[in-house]
Amino acid sequence: MRKFILAGLLAALLLAGVVSSFASSSPDGLDSASTKGCTTDADGEITGGTCIAQGAKDHELADSPLADYGIRGIDNAYLSTGLSGIAGVLLVFAVSGGAFWLLRSRKRS
Amino acid sequence: MIPEALHISNGVLNGPVSIAYAVLAAVAIGVCVVNGRRDLEDRLVPMAGLVAAFIFAVQMLNFPVLPGVSGHLLGGALAAILVGPWVGALCVTIVITAQALFFADGGITALGPNITNMGLVSTAVAFGVTVVLLRVLPRTPAGLSISVFVAAVVSVVVASQSFVLQYALGGSTELTGGGLAGVAATMAGTHLLIGVGEGLISAATVATVARVRPDLVYALRGLKTGVAA
Repeated sequence: MRKFILAGLLAALLLAGVVSSFASSSPDGLDSASTKGCTTDADGEITGGTCIAQGAKDHELADSPLADYGIRGIDNAYLSTGLSGIAGVLLVFAVSGGAFWLLRSRKRS
Repeated sequence: MIPEALHISNGVLNGPVSIAYAVLAAVAIGVCVVNGRRDLEDRLVPMAGLVAAFIFAVQMLNFPVLPGVSGHLLGGALAAILVGPWVGALCVTIVITAQALFFADGGITALGPNITNMGLVSTAVAFGVTVVLLRVLPRTPAGLSISVFVAAVVSVVVASQSFVLQYALGGSTELTGGGLAGVAATMAGTHLLIGVGEGLISAATVATVARVRPDLVYALRGLKTGVAA
């Protein structure tokens, strides 16, 4: 069991730490539907029309150290994205593992 | 460089609808906790942690679906099939919450609607489709892969329409003309393509786990299958 979990975690770390830098940076399905009906300039800023994205506001934590899957202060894009991905995988594994351990059924133990 | 992933931003839905979905999500999470506890035996605890971490990783991997449009895994199908619908919904919920709190991805005021679409709707739909397909399809590795693939495609399209419903109930910008119908059609089309990507990733992942450790695939429990062979 331990070997399986470690192998899976290693795969997740490789995907988030390395492969993530090669992901598509085009707007995703929701973002592209959100600008439907609006005209946008080259920077993606809305210039007219009516669309979903007009109401969108900035994120409350847009200045957080890991905002937008990067690490603030690291200029190298590969390093910044990769390290933020690794941090995220470890964080989610720790939080969810801890939460599920607390919730586990104790019938058999 | 990585765009806001398939998550609703702040300000897109109005306050009452955001709050209503937050309440709905909180109640549903409570139900998942109560039912999920029964599933969480010793083997499932580390597996569920791994599933959540893996979904976080794969959600970073936007793949192109049309010129200028990308998509990424939602993870509902993967989670529901590997660790069950209750614990699976909790896995995706943890991922979405971590993304909103630490990665500025998906507004904090939109957490309820985002958890509803990606954590609850997609896992529930995917699990339902999988249970039905596993009964009717041959119990072979191919049957399992097809079940996972179809469940993933359907779950992503339904999740995208769940957003359209939320927007119909409380979108912040009133769309002119047939705006909402157009959005519904666009969302369905792009998410059908995203669903195909999600289906391929989910089927490959589940097939790998089923080959190495079939006992760790929740959806296969209680089924006499030739999948392990």
